[in-house]
Amino acid sequence: MGLLGYFKSTRQTSASVAKERLQILVAHERLSRERSPDYLANMQRELLEVIRRYVDVDQDAITVTMEQDENREVLELNIVLPDESVSRLGVKR
Amino acid sequence: MARIIVVTSGKGGVGKTTTSAALSMGLALKGHRTAVVDFDIGLRNLDLIMGCERRVVYDFVNVINGESTLNQALIRDKRCENLYILPASQTRDKDALTDEGVEKVLNELSETFEYIVCDSPAGIERGAHLAMYYADDAVVVTNPEISSVRDSDRMLGILSSKSRRAELGQDSIKEYLLLTRYSPQRARLGEMLSVSDVQEILALHLLGVIPESRSVLNASNSGAPVILDDKSDAGQAYSDVVKRYLGEDAPHRFIEEEKKGLFNRIFGG
Repeated sequence: MGLLGYFKSTRQTSASVAKERLQILVAHERLSRERSPDYLANMQRELLEVIRRYVDVDQDAITVTMEQDENREVLELNIVLPDESVSRLGVKR
Repeated sequence: MARIIVVTSGKGGVGKTTTSAALSMGLALKGHRTAVVDFDIGLRNLDLIMGCERRVVYDFVNVINGESTLNQALIRDKRCENLYILPASQTRDKDALTDEGVEKVLNELSETFEYIVCDSPAGIERGAHLAMYYADDAVVVTNPEISSVRDSDRMLGILSSKSRRAELGQDSIKEYLLLTRYSPQRARLGEMLSVSDVQEILALHLLGVIPESRSVLNASNSGAPVILDDKSDAGQAYSDVVKRYLGEDAPHRFIEEEKKGLFNRIFGG
């Protein structure tokens, strides 16, 4: 590094900002890839169809997540019911 | 049995076709019978980079549809007799590639070639998927730039889950990182992600680093793969890539800046 470099080195470089942003993003995206098997999206759609036969819920009222630790997998299904019946259905397996 | 290599990236404009042309030419120059296949249906460009655009009669889709034989569509390179090019179709849309069609063509190529280099289109649509589906090895071309690194990581996820090897439960595709358009000087100044930054993020085996070079545009202007320009830095870097791919020893070059004079060392920066 040249003389001028010493004066500049205290500032964070744009490359190090880029690296940090990427590390966070890539870690996050990898996690969501591993956590969501291919069938999750389809399952979410079909579940919504079934639920809508009985309850009038919004398109985005259902979330399906899959979590994993060493010895078990948790499939979590969250359905937000309309205002009249303020309750949350949590189905766990 | 041929070894099938996909050159992929996700992001466009990072150097997939340049790399496909250089890699296939390099393998052929080493004496291996090699075919390079353009999967970018509708946006054919490999023919231009290889300098054979005026010799295209039949293409990949013609072969799949049985409108020509494979031998009629393959173009023999005029500079190297071991190298053949299978051009993409320019007129049809990308749905013209069918799973069975691609498999049939790759199987037929496998009978007579040692290496099949598949030049993937950008994106993660059908053409890109089919280009990597049958691969044994993947060269992930990446620029030291955030969107390219992110797309490469996305591509790695697809390679490990949606390939034939993954679906059949075979050994996974061998993945290699090829960093292109690299500037050691800008990396030193902290303006560009360094080789080690990208490697750390993607955790891939580094096949090579191709420096940002005028010779790449010169090569495509004249339709000669840059690897033929053995005086250029990019040409030499691609030659090293071919050697490393074939298991030969070739220390990495063009990662560090060239030695500078005293003046620059004092006031450099």
